[in-house]
Amino acid sequence: MNVLVYLIPVSIFLGAMGLAFFFYTMKTRQYDDPEGDARRILSGIYDDAPPED
Amino acid sequence: MAAPVSACPACDAAHFAEETAGRGYAGDGGEAKRIMLSLPQVYCAACIVGVERGLAGLPGVRSARVNLTLKRATVEADKDVEPEDLASYLTGIGFEAYELDAGALSATETDKRGRDLMMRMGVAFFGMMNVMLLSVAVWSGATEATRDMFHWVSAAIALPIVAFSAQPFIKSAWSALRVGRLNMDVPISLAIVLAAGMSVYETMHSGQHAYFDAALSLTFFLLAGRYLDHRTRAVARSAAEELAALEVPRAHKVVEGQDIVVPVAELSVGDVVRVTPGNRVPVDGMVEEGESEVDRSLLTGESLPVFAGPGEMLNAGEVNLTGPLMIRVAAAGKDTALHRMADLVAIAETARNKYTSLADKAAALYAPAVHLLALGAFIAWLFISGGDVRLSINIAVAVLIITCPCALGLAVPAVTTAASGRLFKKGMLLKSATAMERLAEVDHVVFDKTGTLTEGDPKLDNLGDHDPADLAIAAALAQGSSHPLAQAISRAVAGAKVLPAVVSDVREKPGFGIEARHAGEVVRLGRAEWLGAKGIDRTATYLKIGKRPAVAFTFNDALREGAAEAVAAMKAQGCKVTLISGDAPAAVQDVAFRLGIEDYRAGMLPEGKLAALDALSAEGAKVLMVGDGLNDTAALAAAHVSISPASALEAARVVSDIVLLGKTLEPLGDALSTSRKATLRIKENFAISAAYNVVAIPIALLGFATPLAAALAMSLSSITVSLNALRLKARAR
Repeated sequence: MNVLVYLIPVSIFLGAMGLAFFFYTMKTRQYDDPEGDARRILSGIYDDAPPED
Repeated sequence: MAAPVSACPACDAAHFAEETAGRGYAGDGGEAKRIMLSLPQVYCAACIVGVERGLAGLPGVRSARVNLTLKRATVEADKDVEPEDLASYLTGIGFEAYELDAGALSATETDKRGRDLMMRMGVAFFGMMNVMLLSVAVWSGATEATRDMFHWVSAAIALPIVAFSAQPFIKSAWSALRVGRLNMDVPISLAIVLAAGMSVYETMHSGQHAYFDAALSLTFFLLAGRYLDHRTRAVARSAAEELAALEVPRAHKVVEGQDIVVPVAELSVGDVVRVTPGNRVPVDGMVEEGESEVDRSLLTGESLPVFAGPGEMLNAGEVNLTGPLMIRVAAAGKDTALHRMADLVAIAETARNKYTSLADKAAALYAPAVHLLALGAFIAWLFISGGDVRLSINIAVAVLIITCPCALGLAVPAVTTAASGRLFKKGMLLKSATAMERLAEVDHVVFDKTGTLTEGDPKLDNLGDHDPADLAIAAALAQGSSHPLAQAISRAVAGAKVLPAVVSDVREKPGFGIEARHAGEVVRLGRAEWLGAKGIDRTATYLKIGKRPAVAFTFNDALREGAAEAVAAMKAQGCKVTLISGDAPAAVQDVAFRLGIEDYRAGMLPEGKLAALDALSAEGAKVLMVGDGLNDTAALAAAHVSISPASALEAARVVSDIVLLGKTLEPLGDALSTSRKATLRIKENFAISAAYNVVAIPIALLGFATPLAAALAMSLSSITVSLNALRLKARAR
């Protein structure tokens, strides 16, 4: 059962990483326009960087 | 995606895809201004590119970004760029566009609450998944110290997360309790708080069952419902209320012979304003100088322009057609007829706000029932077990958790989101949360005529009756005028491939007509009285050549796109259709005949419309009112549910539950069937969660409920109602 001593922290750490990525996507407003983002991939115009807005 | 490809001219413009973005104008160094445009008809990648490229190519535009979800474009531009110009440019290249009031609609502000909910939801999801993993270990047989350790780790994760994520429910429950009411959030908060609290107690006493995972998944599922609900409303509210397309924010005030442009809000009684042809009168006032004709169709529904000269009273919202007018302000801003009317409407509206939605009805039944059940279980078990408080509380909490308000909390928002998303794609915006349910009950539809079923744009209908020579002269006279009838003649004659005659000394006599000389004779086009002709009972203008008797050009109002389909769809779905208009009988009869409406009433004043609607609802009919003018607002507010087009006057849009974003009326029929289906789904969802409870409650009451059973019941019922709601979306394709 000693294996739990690392496995529990590891699983929580992995979950926390997921949460941190979720915060990052929120901060960069990636959920503002799901419909548009899904279609922009078809447009052939390449964004060098996501727009600030 | 049912809209035809032809409505999107840029979609096939493949060359767009090969170019690179033409952005990069850095601005003139001055401060940037943000402009928001509503784009009801964008729905594909090529539309996005077309709009963004089109805007980016305009002078002064620094960047443009389309948001397809909100059907909106945000433009960063130099200070001197006018939103109107951008909107009309876009409309010109084939994308219908309306200006939005960016001041009232700052992009960051509108979705602050949505982002907040989403953040809490993400955190709750993280907690739920981790605790669920730990719980699986317990369920699969961990005992003694191992179980306790898993419980403690779960507690360490769950407690801070519940404290953060459950805040929206606890706050709302608290504010309801403080005023002595029970809302849906009270049993929710109670279940979450008791589940967490009881689990901590059990963990401390190394008990068998801890409900940390239930507390978290309850929070997560309910936040999901809350978020969906919020998003549906936020999208609708922000766009519908801020459509500034028809606002009159500025006026030309005349001070010592000089025009200065001021915001209408700064005008006061006694000021003189100049209203040039083609513009809307910004205030109520008396004409000081000038003669013209005004179009008051938005206010009264009359399709025929009315003469305005010195001494005549004009109301805000009327459109000046031919000559410049100087108006002395009698009332501005909040005191204008336009605003007084809106105030009257507020009274009619309160009646409708009393409508109880299905969700509220369910909550009113559900909240006390659950509390009584849990309390009953607690007391009964206290009695049965001979005073074992711990066991009794355990069972009461299990009852609270397992009755599963999460299915109820998701039942309505999931359906409303799917349905309003579908309607939004068709160009309809639901402003009110209960609009969908009310729309589903409709059995009688009342249409306004001018501006709703018709475009409010006259069309010449007796072209064939005229001699080509006469037509040539009429076209020559009409050419220079901005009067709608004159423009209709120009269009019709040009369409008939007749070239305008050569005339000289063209003079427009504002309010009367146009006069010129042709081949040595005086020719005139204008009002019957001015030409000495006998007027006929139709929308008409008259042409007089020399001494010959005047000939009449008659007009009818072009039907709005999709009007016939909308009327037919309403009838097909079993609704009675009535046309109520303020216009003259002949014009109303004509439109009613063309659309196949048997029941029509003409010459109705705003009070008459209101009375007609009241009479209908007194007979027990649930009326849908579709209208756009100020004369309709009272009726719109009094109706069971109301729809107005985006081109409607602001007051009309404000009182309407649903705004049609595009030009066409066609989505109306679909709106009705979608809302009926949606209401059906909501009821099904209630039935599903009730069915789960019928099975789960006895188990909980008998004391057999385990955290595993609770987790299963909760997840299964939540997923079932969500899937049921999604069926609605699937049929949209």
